[in-house]
Amino acid sequence: MFTAVSAQSSFFLALLFLGLGSLGSACLWKKDAAANWWGNLCAITASVFGLLSAIRVLLGGAAFSLAADSPLGALSFSFTVDKLSAFFIFVISLIALPASIYGLGYVKHYYGRYSPGVLGFFYNLFLAGLFLVVSADNALFFLTVWEIMSLASYFLVIFEHREPDNISAGTRYFIMTHAGTACIILAFLVLYRFTGSFEFDVIRENFAAVPAYAKNIVFLLTLAGFGTKAGIIPLHIWLPSAHPAAPTHVSALMSGVMIKTGIYMFIRILIDFSPGAPLWWGIAVLLIGAASSLFGVLYALTEHDIKKLLAYHSIENIGIILLGLGSALVFWAAGAESLAMLGLIAALFHTLNHAVFKALLFLGAGSVISQTRTRNMEEYGGLIRTMPYTAALFLTGSLAISALPPFNGFASEWLTFQSLFSGFGSFGRSVAGVFALSAGALAFTGGLAAACFVKAFGATFLARPRSVEAARSRESAPSMVLGMGVLALLTLVIGIFSGVVSRVLSVVVADRPGFSTVPVPVSVPAASLSLGSGFAAMSLPLVFVSLAAVSALVAFLTYLATAGRRVKIGRTWDCGTDLTPRMEITATGFSRSLISIFRGILKPSKQTTIEYRDADSRFFPQTRSVKLEIKDVYSAYFYRPVERLTMALAAQIKKIQCGNVNAYIVYLFAALIALLVWAVI
Amino acid sequence: MQLLLVPALSPLFIGIVRRVKARLQNRVGARVTQPYRDILKLFRKDEVVSADASWIFSSAPYLIFAVSILLGASIPLLSAHLTATVLGDLLTVVYVIALSTFFLALAGMDTGNAFGGFGSSREMTVAALTEGGLIFSLLALAFTAHSSNLFVIAGAISSLSLLAFTPIILAFVAFVIALLAETGRFPFDNPATHLELTMIHEAMILEYSGKKLALMEWAAANKFMLFLALGANLFFPWGLAASASPPALILALGALVFKLLVFCVLVALLESSLAKFRFFRLPDLLFMSFILSLIALSLIV
Repeated sequence: MFTAVSAQSSFFLALLFLGLGSLGSACLWKKDAAANWWGNLCAITASVFGLLSAIRVLLGGAAFSLAADSPLGALSFSFTVDKLSAFFIFVISLIALPASIYGLGYVKHYYGRYSPGVLGFFYNLFLAGLFLVVSADNALFFLTVWEIMSLASYFLVIFEHREPDNISAGTRYFIMTHAGTACIILAFLVLYRFTGSFEFDVIRENFAAVPAYAKNIVFLLTLAGFGTKAGIIPLHIWLPSAHPAAPTHVSALMSGVMIKTGIYMFIRILIDFSPGAPLWWGIAVLLIGAASSLFGVLYALTEHDIKKLLAYHSIENIGIILLGLGSALVFWAAGAESLAMLGLIAALFHTLNHAVFKALLFLGAGSVISQTRTRNMEEYGGLIRTMPYTAALFLTGSLAISALPPFNGFASEWLTFQSLFSGFGSFGRSVAGVFALSAGALAFTGGLAAACFVKAFGATFLARPRSVEAARSRESAPSMVLGMGVLALLTLVIGIFSGVVSRVLSVVVADRPGFSTVPVPVSVPAASLSLGSGFAAMSLPLVFVSLAAVSALVAFLTYLATAGRRVKIGRTWDCGTDLTPRMEITATGFSRSLISIFRGILKPSKQTTIEYRDADSRFFPQTRSVKLEIKDVYSAYFYRPVERLTMALAAQIKKIQCGNVNAYIVYLFAALIALLVWAVI
Repeated sequence: MQLLLVPALSPLFIGIVRRVKARLQNRVGARVTQPYRDILKLFRKDEVVSADASWIFSSAPYLIFAVSILLGASIPLLSAHLTATVLGDLLTVVYVIALSTFFLALAGMDTGNAFGGFGSSREMTVAALTEGGLIFSLLALAFTAHSSNLFVIAGAISSLSLLAFTPIILAFVAFVIALLAETGRFPFDNPATHLELTMIHEAMILEYSGKKLALMEWAAANKFMLFLALGANLFFPWGLAASASPPALILALGALVFKLLVFCVLVALLESSLAKFRFFRLPDLLFMSFILSLIALSLIV
């Protein structure tokens, strides 16, 4: 049945089901269970059709497009699904499918408290927005669907509206995302000024006519506008508060997919529209990528809220994607198309990988939260015994995000490394220096991410439970485990078949104008992945098979050699005291040494408060509390001053708002005269 | 064959380092074969496992040991040309080492022992900061050889003129710092202590006993030998066999053992003449390793 449906019609079927899901759940808002089933089943069906459509286009199908004029002049409902769009649709559907399966089980705990109907309405709308954002072909239509996506996600962030924190997180998100959208609108207006059209095709054709300074303005506006959505540092401040606030399967989509729409538009505008971009664009993107990846992981280390920790890792991974993209831009500017292709493949590959393992980790965190009712990692512990499946799946995700072979994260970080290495010798000293710094940032990021996930996994699942809730927890619902299981399998499969995936991605990149005749920089001989330049080659299937075989052999031989020995179950060594869970290392304690080492960046503070029993003789403390904090330098040095400036300006402007009708008439009159004068001159 | 070579020889080098250190401290010291006896003894003993431990704790030793001997097969030990494998990719090797460190740290946290947790925290701190220096010191070689495969590197460095060799000395110093950090030696960690204030590696494996402790100790010995062999064969790749004939291989084995002996004595000298650093001074050393590698790299590229 499915083979009979063309790429185009499956795409529309996906949209249709999302529409049905959205409206249907809204209609069923009084019936919790029915709305949950309807909303998530529609989303599941839609993602299956999305996958079908994307795969057909990716595997050799032709791009399809549709344009319908609207009565609103320049706004036309036009979209094109070429290979780049298809790739992003693939990623969206790939994450939406397990997330919706997971949602079937997860949403149950909202019954009676919050309305699953409302959730289903915005959830499906959000997915539809995502689908359309990566396929829109007209700037105005794009802005419309961009806004649908942003608003739907805003309502999802404040879905649990009885938590005051969520409302403030939502407000922060709302402001930041619209500040970003303002930049995007400006960028499109500048493009319209010089190309005379909002149609992407026309902009692309006439881009050469845009003067250099305007190109630079467009670049900066793009960087700020889409960078806000992607969560680059220092525009990231909404991300660590908004992502944790949303329901977990939505967090997975926001972190895994939504922030990637920023990456998608980076590629569209910086690579697709503008061949021959100046060198400094790429350098800027590289530096931002390096900063985002390193700072992202450092902030993640300071967190003990599990979802915030994951949100900061999204910033880190966006940074890694930007390292690939930035190197591609530099090579593109220097005319090294083949290397540019390598950088783009690395960026797209990491986009896919990050979506998969970050969704997995968010879903894992969600199932822990649904059992323990807290996001504070210090109250977890020992969950590997009560939630064995969740633990194993979360471990898989942790290995993948720490870029450990043979999982998928390693494959894309390897490609990113190679892409950065290629920049060492090709250019002048200063550019090579930027590449070396970026590669260094990536190396440290990898190590720090591993440290962070040892902390996250260890504090959550290992040792003994640190709270009653953790001790009483049970394994999550089967649909939740299934959703995570699919993703965990994907991390391994994508890792092992990284060669095939990078071939497909090279086809996606070759589909871009200017890349069609470029020699492919990667080859896939005998289940390994090797660079065209012959500099490096690796094989994850070999790593996987040999590791598994040798481990099994070691275990078997040890078993043979020690068959007669007994194994006694005893207590953990306690130095003669009574060992309690309070003596285990905490998430905060685990990362404290790294925080102290990077205190120059993180600015940690420690505040000790002691209350004495007797104020005169300070020997017997009654209470003693220690408060550890990380200074929010972005708010302190950037957002607060901007806020103060805005408020001061507003106060000045308020002066003309005197409430006197006569005064307003004078304003009107003055404006009229000014316009007249301007028109005459 | 390389799969067996490393575990067969590695306890010997641990024994040699201990012996030389003992001599430097005016002690007689145990025989150089003592580590073999220790491992055998541990294999014969019964095992005590904590009631709080999970499958991570019980499966980690096998994985860590497997990684250590698998890496033995992925680096050039005797010859640069014959056993070349795609496993010998620089980044793959570094990240497979990171995989075993990851599980070692998890195993340390698994029993809920306070020491284990601190050991893991320290280990991951050091490991995270070492990675940059390790990758970049090897990368300097990779750019000299125009390949990141360790076998190719060994082959290319051996045919290098002395003049071109200068930046490699810098990379070597950087590598030695990374080596000491990764293998838990002075000034990073004291392999002979059980003092809770300072121990890193010992703290993580504190709860292990019997066969699993044997595997852990053995894996640590393997890792030590691996890093020594990397240092010996990548930076000073002389004496590698050019053909697979038995006499050439035996000669290469002799050369390898000789080079590793020299390295062992150097490590022992270093450990005897250096105090363990305060934990928060270690990052300075590790960043220095990274910066030295960067300088070496900039001289080469």
